[in-house]
Amino acid sequence: MQDLRLLAQAKRGQRGLENKSGLVGWDEVTQGTVLPSFEGDATNIANLKSEERAYSNFNSYTATVASWRVKKPVFNRDICIDCQNCWVWCPDSSILSRDKQMLGIDYDHCKGCEVCVEVCPTNPKSLLMFGEYTELEEALAQWPEKKKKEK
Amino acid sequence: MAITSIKNLKEFSTTNDRFEGAHTLCPGCAHSMIVRELMNCTDDNLVIATNTGCLEVSTAVYPFTSWDTSWIHIGFENAATAAAGAEAMFKARKKKGTLKDNNASTKFVAFGGDGSTYDIGFQWLSGAIERGHDFTYICLDNENYANTGGQRSSATPIGATTSTAQAGSHSYGKKEKKKDLVAIMAAHGAPYVAQLAPNKWKIMAKGFQKALETEGPCFINTVSPCCTEWKFDPKDTIGLADLATDSLMFPVYEIIDGHELNILYRPKNIITVEEYMAAQGRYKHLFKPEYRHIIDEVQKQVNKNWEMLQRREEARI
Repeated sequence: MQDLRLLAQAKRGQRGLENKSGLVGWDEVTQGTVLPSFEGDATNIANLKSEERAYSNFNSYTATVASWRVKKPVFNRDICIDCQNCWVWCPDSSILSRDKQMLGIDYDHCKGCEVCVEVCPTNPKSLLMFGEYTELEEALAQWPEKKKKEK
Repeated sequence: MAITSIKNLKEFSTTNDRFEGAHTLCPGCAHSMIVRELMNCTDDNLVIATNTGCLEVSTAVYPFTSWDTSWIHIGFENAATAAAGAEAMFKARKKKGTLKDNNASTKFVAFGGDGSTYDIGFQWLSGAIERGHDFTYICLDNENYANTGGQRSSATPIGATTSTAQAGSHSYGKKEKKKDLVAIMAAHGAPYVAQLAPNKWKIMAKGFQKALETEGPCFINTVSPCCTEWKFDPKDTIGLADLATDSLMFPVYEIIDGHELNILYRPKNIITVEEYMAAQGRYKHLFKPEYRHIIDEVQKQVNKNWEMLQRREEARI
């Protein structure tokens, strides 16, 4: 619980749970309590992109699981063909896709499971795993060459 | 009915996620792939009930919720009942005209793991389907009680080792066959029953849309490879689902109105059950000479089942 609070505070927008008045411990919650996912009106959410939504402090979108990761996927725009395989199979909704284009990875929610790398069809892969602290330029410089088909 | 058009994956990728990240499911868990896909394939309001299980405990870690829709959890067994009750109330209020928006299209969905669907919630599910509520029940079948440490359930296939049916010098793991829940649900006369897999995303999305569109109780069994309990590398989740569908351990098919069976995916190259088992740690012991006969037995069962499905599809009865 304490950890989650700290993580949530470090999250985007700095929406600290501390500022939320009336938040009680999980063992003090009374029956029938509702944790709203959004501030205010939540109709038509299906037609809003995540950047247009007013997430409440209770939505796990405002939390992060980045600390789970040992390796992170790095995205190479030059090779990507926007097939969206990574988008449909990402278990953590961490592939940022807008207007049929793959934009990058949401490192707040990515757990580093490597599924996106595995399903990437390009040669060489446009997503590869690197150590968590590898810089983007460094990773792109190490990118492998195109593999020739074995005859 | 506002259904997202899904001609291809690019088009599907323009839909907005309603299942948020930072839930605490294991990395590479197929549960969230399935749930995300269901919530992305429609624009309708969703009311979701979830049984206790991996999905419930990891998406509702206080004070966070990963659901952008109405979501309810009551007990281990009664997601079907909760969804059915909400649906009955919705219908009654719609009739009276006391809803906030009487024209809004709202769909009711229940999620359960295989433990809460095949075993614990079976009676509740059966009751809700029999009463004919307009809802869709989706079973996330990972073939064990993964949330509590991998105990056997009646969905565990023969020969798999689990923490309560362990393989060793005197045992080859679970000794009983897997229950055929899809056939049981079809026997209830449910208008739409299907078995789907996340690796065939298009077939799965279409199946979900069909189930949401169909009036009446629908049941969908989805294979959800569990990297923790099946013992494989998290990155191979989709590969494992591929092996499961291609080896026909999980044939992908639908049954309409309890009799009209359609096979939705026919593998071009059918692989052996042995290949599927070799990819997972839970079947490791079957490759010892004394237990090898189990693999042959499973292969025979799978062949028989596939033959049965094909004949039923041809017969159209």
